Amino acid sequence: MTARHKSPTLDRRKVAAEILENRGDALVVAGLGAPCWDIAAAGDHPLNFYVWGGMGSAAMIGLGLALAQPRRRVIVITGDGEMLMGLGALATIGVQQPRNLALVVEDNEHYGETGMQQTHTRFGVDLAGVAKAAGFRAAATIRNAAQLRSWIPKLYRRPGPVFIDVKVTTARAPLVLPPRDGTILRERFREALLGPQAARE
Amino acid sequence: MAQSSWPDLIHRVLRAQRVRQVAYVPDSGHARLIDLARADREMRAIPLTTEEEGVALALGAWLGGERSVLLLQSSGAGNCINMLGIIDECRVPLLMLVTMRGEWGEFNPWQVPMSQATIPALEAMGVAVKTVERAGDAAETVDAAARLAFNTYRPVAVLISQRVVGTKEFK
Repeated sequence: MTARHKSPTLDRRKVAAEILENRGDALVVAGLGAPCWDIAAAGDHPLNFYVWGGMGSAAMIGLGLALAQPRRRVIVITGDGEMLMGLGALATIGVQQPRNLALVVEDNEHYGETGMQQTHTRFGVDLAGVAKAAGFRAAATIRNAAQLRSWIPKLYRRPGPVFIDVKVTTARAPLVLPPRDGTILRERFREALLGPQAARE
Repeated sequence: MAQSSWPDLIHRVLRAQRVRQVAYVPDSGHARLIDLARADREMRAIPLTTEEEGVALALGAWLGGERSVLLLQSSGAGNCINMLGIIDECRVPLLMLVTMRGEWGEFNPWQVPMSQATIPALEAMGVAVKTVERAGDAAETVDAAARLAFNTYRPVAVLISQRVVGTKEFK
């Protein structure tokens, strides 16, 4: 690919914090690695589900959740490497057309947790273009703060599926680790969403 | 219609078990069940691009309070292996209905390796495996597997023999 490369300028922590600042009753799925730390840094919440493993699963977890909870907004925030590993999910979501699902990729164009190798996006692979071609109702690549501000309300209110690829820098941020036991994350999420009877299902 | 009755009976079991999300990859063995799910207004039929998507979907569905099922062939069981780790770690129910290839009168040699590895691979990831050798046992086995999965929050696979499904004819 020969597209001229533009260096990202947005800070991932600020991006996550801004997106979640007015989350209302939205349900949030965090893809593995740095997006988990970014979302934990923005404020831990029982309706955050942090995926610590299963690379490539975040978008599909979001779809299962969005279909089960059509009245709630579901926001998936993941990384470019994680999204690339489950790219087929974009086609599957495109077929289902969940109106309440939004996907956010924090795209630093690198595998930040595993040695900083460049991802496909660094070479021009256009995730927002893939999402649009797969049938997402709205999709965009975000490169600056003004674009981000104009797209955040769409993540929450525009009929989905909505997709944004936010170009962020590779600057390291301090580790902010959320809880990591899967059974605890699952049960506190279900109890906050479904009430105490969730444990008796 | 003895041949089409076992998928109809499985569909009835899935309804009774309140399964809402029916994830599937294309499969002639499951064709009847897929049609029934697509026509059922209480079910959401979800075609996948690869089997592991359905494993992740099951976790999301359960987080949201819905039950799901994953329909696949033994050929695709291996695609699920890493993703099954999230089911184990989170103790989430997963019901997999696996039609077998490469197992009973198979013509295509390329189907045999994954067929031979299906049970050990699934068991290695903590999946309880039940098998169906006769069409008459299918619904009862799926019912028992669904109860085990949804009542004890674990992954359970029902392997439906090629003998039940019918061997693909290459002519």
